[in-house]
Amino acid sequence: MTEVMSHFNYLVVVVLMMIGFYIVISGSNLVKKVVGLSIFQVSVFLLYISMGKIIGGTAPILDDRFTVYSNPLPHVLILTAIVVGVATTALAGALIVRINEAYGSIEEDEIYRQDGDA
Amino acid sequence: MTEAVNTLLLLFMCVTALTIVRQHNLFAVVMLGSVFSLLSAGMFVLLDAVDVAFTEAAVGAGISTILMLGVLSLTNSRERITFSTPIFPIVLVMLAGSVLIFSALGMPEFGAADAPIHGHVADRYIEKSGAEVGLPNIVTSILASYRGFDTLGEVTVIFTAGIGVMVLLGLRRRTAQDGSVEELPLPGEGNMRHHSVLRVTAKLLIPFIMLFALYVQFHGDFGPGGGFQAGVIFAAAFILYGLVFGIKNAVAVVPEGVTRFLIAAGVLLYAGVGVASLLMGGNYLDYSVLAHEPTHGQHLGILLIEFGVGTTVAAVMITLFFSFARRTRKKT
Repeated sequence: MTEVMSHFNYLVVVVLMMIGFYIVISGSNLVKKVVGLSIFQVSVFLLYISMGKIIGGTAPILDDRFTVYSNPLPHVLILTAIVVGVATTALAGALIVRINEAYGSIEEDEIYRQDGDA
Repeated sequence: MTEAVNTLLLLFMCVTALTIVRQHNLFAVVMLGSVFSLLSAGMFVLLDAVDVAFTEAAVGAGISTILMLGVLSLTNSRERITFSTPIFPIVLVMLAGSVLIFSALGMPEFGAADAPIHGHVADRYIEKSGAEVGLPNIVTSILASYRGFDTLGEVTVIFTAGIGVMVLLGLRRRTAQDGSVEELPLPGEGNMRHHSVLRVTAKLLIPFIMLFALYVQFHGDFGPGGGFQAGVIFAAAFILYGLVFGIKNAVAVVPEGVTRFLIAAGVLLYAGVGVASLLMGGNYLDYSVLAHEPTHGQHLGILLIEFGVGTTVAAVMITLFFSFARRTRKKT
């Protein structure tokens, strides 16, 4: 039980990751898949940031009153990953809009069916 | 106390994610996604990642939601409901989940100061960045100086995504088969004209949003913030204007030619600082040679490249929003 408490953040990360993964592979709606992908993405962010945390530490902004800081390196990686994430989301959104214009649907199986007929 | 908030936020995140699985109204799915992002931003504050929390709140809860709503307005806002629960995905998720939980339990304890992750370069950044770069915010020092090359890559990715969306959605002129060029109309204010409260509040808020963006941009060296966050917040002011007063008026304020120019100008400024440091005898993006004293050079270089980042991010975000917003739904 103590092991569960000391790894609680990581376990939640796994749960969130799997929920995102489930949304991506189970549904057929493209918008929902993109939302599922961003849940997956946030779970990865949470994993990195949780690893960088030091109990008793503070935010990595230098000040004479503090000596222990959490690890700033994961913060840098994830900060840029978030902005790149919105860029890919926007690109996915644009593709969904174009798919909807071409096929009249954003449900994956209907798109496949139309492709099969052609 | 912190632990209780930590647990509560994580549980809220799980509940939100599970609700997204069960929800078939895509409008609700997108809004829940925004709630999920905001909760994760709260989590990041608890975990001492204030810069990350800032970015997640501005980007994940703000801009992404607006873009996804833009997608919904151009497509369908209801998911087709299927009643069969697929077995294969559940089995796969359970399998992958149990493997991951097994390996997660083998990780170092949460918050342990002697975990391997803290052993490599992180210590050096914490100890030396104050003297080498001279900025209190270590995240900014690493982002802009030690790992400036990475960040140049990230800015280029955003630049590329902006171009990609412009290629997919952005064309305002349509060339007919006989060669005549037809200009597509821009959506006007529509029903928003009647919402006096929104119009007055938006007008009051917009100058303060912009002022805050400038603060975040130039105070990022000393506190949480920087070019990425500032760019997104700056873009939010224009997006708010476009939402309330119509795209036509917003495009009159920032013409497309200007945003297109700024997208490229930001990346060029960043790369240009690198070239300048090469010409002055240093390595690429080594700002120490830019001024007489190394720390002054670092300050100058970081100020310039953060400004480049902010410019490109703001211009790309504005372009993304306009690309979605001005595309009128095709009649089917």
